[in-house]
Amino acid sequence: MDNNKRKELKVSAIRNGTVIDHIPSDKSFQVIRVLNLESSNYPIYFGTAFDSKKYGTKGIIKISNKYFADDEISKIAMVAPTATLIEITDYEVTRKEKVNLPDKVEKIVKCFNPKCVTNIEGIVTRFRVIEDHKGEMKLACHYCEKTMKKENIEFF
Amino acid sequence: MINIKGRSLVSITDYSKEEIIHILDLAEDFERNQRQQILDKHVVASIFFEPSTRTRLSFESAVQYLGGSVIGFASADTSSVKKGESLKDTILTISNYSDLIVMRNPMDGSARYASEVSPIPIINAGDGANQHPTQCLLDLYSIRKTQGSLDNIHIAMIGDLKYGRTVHSLVQALSLFGATFHFVSPESLKMPSAVKTWIKRANLEYHQYTDIMDIMPIADILYMTRIQGERFPDPLEYEKVKNSYILENSMLESSKDNMRVLHPLPRVNEINEDIDDNPKAYYFQQAKNGVYVRQALIAAILGLK
Repeated sequence: MDNNKRKELKVSAIRNGTVIDHIPSDKSFQVIRVLNLESSNYPIYFGTAFDSKKYGTKGIIKISNKYFADDEISKIAMVAPTATLIEITDYEVTRKEKVNLPDKVEKIVKCFNPKCVTNIEGIVTRFRVIEDHKGEMKLACHYCEKTMKKENIEFF
Repeated sequence: MINIKGRSLVSITDYSKEEIIHILDLAEDFERNQRQQILDKHVVASIFFEPSTRTRLSFESAVQYLGGSVIGFASADTSSVKKGESLKDTILTISNYSDLIVMRNPMDGSARYASEVSPIPIINAGDGANQHPTQCLLDLYSIRKTQGSLDNIHIAMIGDLKYGRTVHSLVQALSLFGATFHFVSPESLKMPSAVKTWIKRANLEYHQYTDIMDIMPIADILYMTRIQGERFPDPLEYEKVKNSYILENSMLESSKDNMRVLHPLPRVNEINEDIDDNPKAYYFQQAKNGVYVRQALIAAILGLK
């Protein structure tokens, strides 16, 4: 069996749906969680700690019959900024692109500040996506103006 | 032509450098001539969901010097908030009865939210630990008044620099004018990195110290803040540092002639009362300047100046 063949067999091909590739290995389960894939009605194949030329190791998730909306892609980008999204129709790749961090994130993230008006009055959250002086991604709350580190991000 | 008519003030960064200068110039006019009946037949709502002495009374005094009327409440206990009314409903209701709302509320970000749901302008009089922009404007007014200019001053900020919202806003505002910052605090209450990043992005300098005396010969302004015991994770650490940041009259001997001591007040014990009679003490005048600045702001937002 040649190498290519062996690689293909690690995670089954899908006829229609989306492949999320180049996920940092330690983020694979988090991506599954934030996309709520545990409750998917369609088959999902995933694997992690595969060899990757670019990143050392990587995770990969294939979801049948599912194409992601912009909000969901934003979630993937925040958890796994190196990920590539590949859309498949009838075994053919119809779209392939790196996920991009949006400039703004609305509705999907909870503010980590318990005193923020969004948590007390239950209003829609809005954040600016910023970079600190070390180049780390952070979210700045439009309301309470606190900046939130990546590890404090909690999705609704 | 600067026009801030109808615009809310939530955060000091909502205003440009020119708009800040415009408000300070108007405030100077009100200091020369305080009683101007330009707010006749206007109603300002002053809604304070938590206690305040200076901010609430100076706003209400500002409205009355201008000949306007004030309605409102001084604590959440005397409003329908106690019955569980949402902030949105409270704001929409009060906007039916007034031309402008001055609000203090303990929720961080409540002022931004109120400004988005309100059909009339909101002035933020403090939203939790977040912003207090009129304090910042009166600080700027006091610095300009005592130093003759806001440009390139050396400001020393002392005390709780981690949680003190006034120092954070003041850094942001003074960054527009090219200041040099000297931060004096215990190790655990140092200026947050987000504020220091702001200074770096403005290509300005900051220096950090733990001993007040290090900045005494350098500072044009000594901005004192209160250190609150409950901010310390370890009570022992508070006991160790609590007396290191108390200013006494004798400590001012090596300061520059133009140096002035500012404090947003209330003070507890961080400025010894023996300084009150020193001509370098400026904190009570600073609180008085709050009325002129608030008159200026109200007049500008209502389009009367």
